[in-house]
Amino acid sequence: MALLRLTSPHAHGPMSTQRVMFCVLLATVPGVLVLTWFFGYGTLINIVFGAAVAVGCEALALTLRRRPLGFYLKDLSALVTAVLLCIALPPYAPWWLIAAGVASSILLAKHFYGGLGYNPFNPAMVGYVVLLISFPVQMTAWAPPRGLGPVPGFLDALQACFNPAGFDGITMATPLDVLKLNNSFLIEDLWSENPQFGRWGGVGWEWVNIAFLAGGAWLLYMRIFTWHAPVAMLVSLALLAAIFYDGGSSASGGSPLFHLLTGATMFGAFFIVTDPVTSAVSLRGRLIYGALIGALIYVIRVRGNYPDAVAFAVLIMNFAAPFIDYYTQPRTYGHSRKRGES
Amino acid sequence: MTDVSYKDLSINGLWKNNPAIVQLLGLCPLLAVTGTVVNAIGLGLATIMVLVISNSAVSLIRGVVSDAVRLPTFVMIIAAAVTCIELLMQAFTYELFLILGIFLPLITTNCVILGRADGFAAKNALGPALFDGLIMGVGFTVVLVILGALRELAGTGVLFANMDLLFGPQAVNWQIVVMPAYQPFLLAILPPGAFICTGLIIVVKNLIDSTIKKRQNALKERPVKGSKRVRVTGAVS
Repeated sequence: MALLRLTSPHAHGPMSTQRVMFCVLLATVPGVLVLTWFFGYGTLINIVFGAAVAVGCEALALTLRRRPLGFYLKDLSALVTAVLLCIALPPYAPWWLIAAGVASSILLAKHFYGGLGYNPFNPAMVGYVVLLISFPVQMTAWAPPRGLGPVPGFLDALQACFNPAGFDGITMATPLDVLKLNNSFLIEDLWSENPQFGRWGGVGWEWVNIAFLAGGAWLLYMRIFTWHAPVAMLVSLALLAAIFYDGGSSASGGSPLFHLLTGATMFGAFFIVTDPVTSAVSLRGRLIYGALIGALIYVIRVRGNYPDAVAFAVLIMNFAAPFIDYYTQPRTYGHSRKRGES
Repeated sequence: MTDVSYKDLSINGLWKNNPAIVQLLGLCPLLAVTGTVVNAIGLGLATIMVLVISNSAVSLIRGVVSDAVRLPTFVMIIAAAVTCIELLMQAFTYELFLILGIFLPLITTNCVILGRADGFAAKNALGPALFDGLIMGVGFTVVLVILGALRELAGTGVLFANMDLLFGPQAVNWQIVVMPAYQPFLLAILPPGAFICTGLIIVVKNLIDSTIKKRQNALKERPVKGSKRVRVTGAVS
């Protein structure tokens, strides 16, 4: 009689890649809904079209690389990349912009490097940066949020995507744009002069950020990722904003609450920074990784050329993640704290 | 030195040992100025001329210069050749000279040129050395032009723009608008585009090489099927 002998560890991990990716997709729902409420159907069309292109690109790359199609398509990672990228794109983006971005994400950032798990850079952010430096005009054309301008209907949104020449869209500077171009107003006056500023952040933006925060909190509760990187990022961003708030003078970089609830802060903190492939691995490393991203976001937002900075900050720190890991290797049990001694 | 066949030299320079996509030498100009075809041709021609001049000169003095001072000597020769070419371009194609800017004098430090001077010309007679310089330069230029065409097409949707900078007024109309109403794709014109395009060209080259190798292997005679080991058990038929 052959006895089935099991050796420890016996723990069973219920988390498959597919399940993790599905949870991330679910967690984006509140954010997407709020974005759709404030900016119209553009975001939804972006996501649906982007997802289709992503599946096509993934299938193409897998065929060329002679990998099993079904197995890799079912892990949903391409869909997550596309959804994250399309959330970051301005609503009413033309179809070729979405297609170019998704193709760069999937083909360039993911499969050129060997597919899921081998990519040193966050695919969605690579796609975003490729678009931002290639098509600055289209990429900075944000529609006005509900309450500040007309929100196009569904058919108009479709036309904006697939027949961009026939679409007469309205664009409006985002709160971060306004803050960037400010050089004479006190913060208080700036807020009363410009309708884009809401209660805490920008009109619409504050609710978008709160929705992504809620989605992120649910992911944290589901233990999809640890709290270290996002919390470190938010704390360092808020801390820098508080230090350089400057009492609301004309040279001020904006209040901490403004920075936390405007632009892509919460989306970046919970959906981009937490990418397990491209971030640091150890918990201490994640704290450093997140904190440095927060610092870079503040510096680039306030001093750089671009209004928002999550993509650049994340890509720069993706470079540094292996380096951070090297210096934050956890002590193995039974070894002393000093490096190299046992 | 041993006899060198001109055929081998050509195959080496153009394909098997191409300076740009196999040796990966001289990447600085390759990546920096190949945004358009005209820039690529201009820099390629300059490199060919410098390679030919420096290879011939190095070959001529190879018996006179001692090993200890050979590298400084080669660099001096190359720098002199580059200065001549630079002055020529300044005289005849002034606008292109302005566009290429610092990358013309930088040809001096192009590893392809010093590499060929030290690796080939210093050990060979004038004829082969001159031919090697020419063919290596042509191999480099071909890659530059392909890269320039790819980046110009992807970046602006137009091919052969501004060719009059190099070929005079009759070339004004050489421009081909491949894709009208094309949204300029800045990434292809910026340096990252050069890296990506160079990588893709290398991929294509390696693909062709591996396909050729596979075909050759398939054509080779197959060894006799079956085990050659001596059978020691069972019935021997």
